[in-house]
Amino acid sequence: MIKLIRSLGRWGLGTFERLGRGHLFLMHILAGIPGLFLRFSLVIQQVYSVGVLSLLIILISGLFVGMVLGLQGYNTLVDFGAEESLGVLVSLSLVRELGPVVSALLFAGRAGSALTAEIGLMKSTEQLSGMEMMAVDPIRRVIAPRFMAGLISMPLLAAIFSAVGIIGAFLVGHGLLGVDDGAFWSQMQAKTDFYDDIMNGVIKSVVFGFVVTWIALFEGHDATPTSEGVGRATTRTVVHSAFAILGLDFVLTALMFGDE
Amino acid sequence: MPLIKIRDLHFYRGNRAIFEGVNIDIERGKVTAIMGPSGTGKTTLLKLIGGQLRPDKGTIEVDGQNVHKLSRSDLYELRKRMGMLFQSGALLTDLTVYDNVAFPLREHTDLPESMIRDLVLMKLQAVGLRNARNLQPAELSGGMARRVALARAVALEPMMIMYDEPFTGQDPISMGTLVNLIHRMNDAMGLTSIVVSHDVAETAEIADYIYLLSGGKIIEHGSPVQLRRSGSQWVQQFMQGLPDGPVPFHYAGPGFKEDLLKPEEYA
Repeated sequence: MIKLIRSLGRWGLGTFERLGRGHLFLMHILAGIPGLFLRFSLVIQQVYSVGVLSLLIILISGLFVGMVLGLQGYNTLVDFGAEESLGVLVSLSLVRELGPVVSALLFAGRAGSALTAEIGLMKSTEQLSGMEMMAVDPIRRVIAPRFMAGLISMPLLAAIFSAVGIIGAFLVGHGLLGVDDGAFWSQMQAKTDFYDDIMNGVIKSVVFGFVVTWIALFEGHDATPTSEGVGRATTRTVVHSAFAILGLDFVLTALMFGDE
Repeated sequence: MPLIKIRDLHFYRGNRAIFEGVNIDIERGKVTAIMGPSGTGKTTLLKLIGGQLRPDKGTIEVDGQNVHKLSRSDLYELRKRMGMLFQSGALLTDLTVYDNVAFPLREHTDLPESMIRDLVLMKLQAVGLRNARNLQPAELSGGMARRVALARAVALEPMMIMYDEPFTGQDPISMGTLVNLIHRMNDAMGLTSIVVSHDVAETAEIADYIYLLSGGKIIEHGSPVQLRRSGSQWVQQFMQGLPDGPVPFHYAGPGFKEDLLKPEEYA
């Protein structure tokens, strides 16, 4: 019994210690961000490896998610003779929910794990230590540009995901199932609000980008500098990011749409 | 006045003492070796000198400045004058050899690219790798990576260089090259060098002074000749690489006979 309480206590202390370190790490990153505007090329390079290289998985997944939404939505709506509303259904579910959430999950799997592995390997090969000894702050030089890149890329990826998804749903809905294209687009335009729907989705994706990139970079920076440690850190990035995304999605949705 | 003055250094990892009351003086312009068995905290000592770790007690002064009392920006200023060569080389894997050597120059100076090019080529020429400048670090052998790292470490013309196990895992030719380079760099650039190593022959060849560390304490110090003549059995065992002596061949525990006579432990 005592053993159980003791191990529970140790686990609790460990968790809080890591949380504390994570927040100090974030403060350090944020302090390094103003300096990035003088060397924006560092950020651009990272936007390429974090964002552009995630494009393929986002495009393909977006297309298929949209096509499935088109099929499922049509089957439900057609019973009520409301298949013309397919455009609204698809656009709202993508823009409000699926776009930010699914692209963030994919982003965590593709870019987040890559970031953790990269930083963890840089740590285990003493590259970060070496930079410190060259009087270059690795958090400002290596971590902050990646953080900024994640923050920029995530909303763009979510927007692309939603856009491709809508195209996918249109291809299925209009091309395959014969929904009137005029109704599809005009109802979508009429019912999708810029502030309430699109901007709220964008806010979500910014929050997810922030959290996923933060988790990924922290896990890499905090990894035990061995190949096993880096492997475990990479797994933790994906798992913790998924929890954070889904948990935060509920909180954000409650805050944004809870009073409707 | 010595360049580095370590006084009464104590450092603990958890409950394990790494250093307990270590005093070391590193003289300017000399090659000083810190030697000792694996796991005695030789690399930790370099990290303490570089300010990457904090001692639990005691002081480390580099060029008259207490490393652990400096503000962050002063520490970074001091580090610009300290070079460090990591065991792995610690080259940035996404940059070419050329860009690795140019890295500290680009980070810390506003020199035009044409001048950086001249400086980089000079440093690479000194380590014999000028023509390898377009290679990626992954294409280099271990010895070449260390030479590139050496070129990078001297790019900002530091006052001192710390070498962390520079000879480990090197074939005889690259070992010889590195021994020669460390010696030449020290004399030609008026550096102060600290070599952490357990390769006795190579280190004794270039060191002006040697400190032998074990169990958190300085066991012996002196010139290589003095150490070879030392009366201490431990020093003799280490310097000659004898398998048994004060450091026993067998891991501590009950005797072999006792163990054989109680087989029920595994029954």
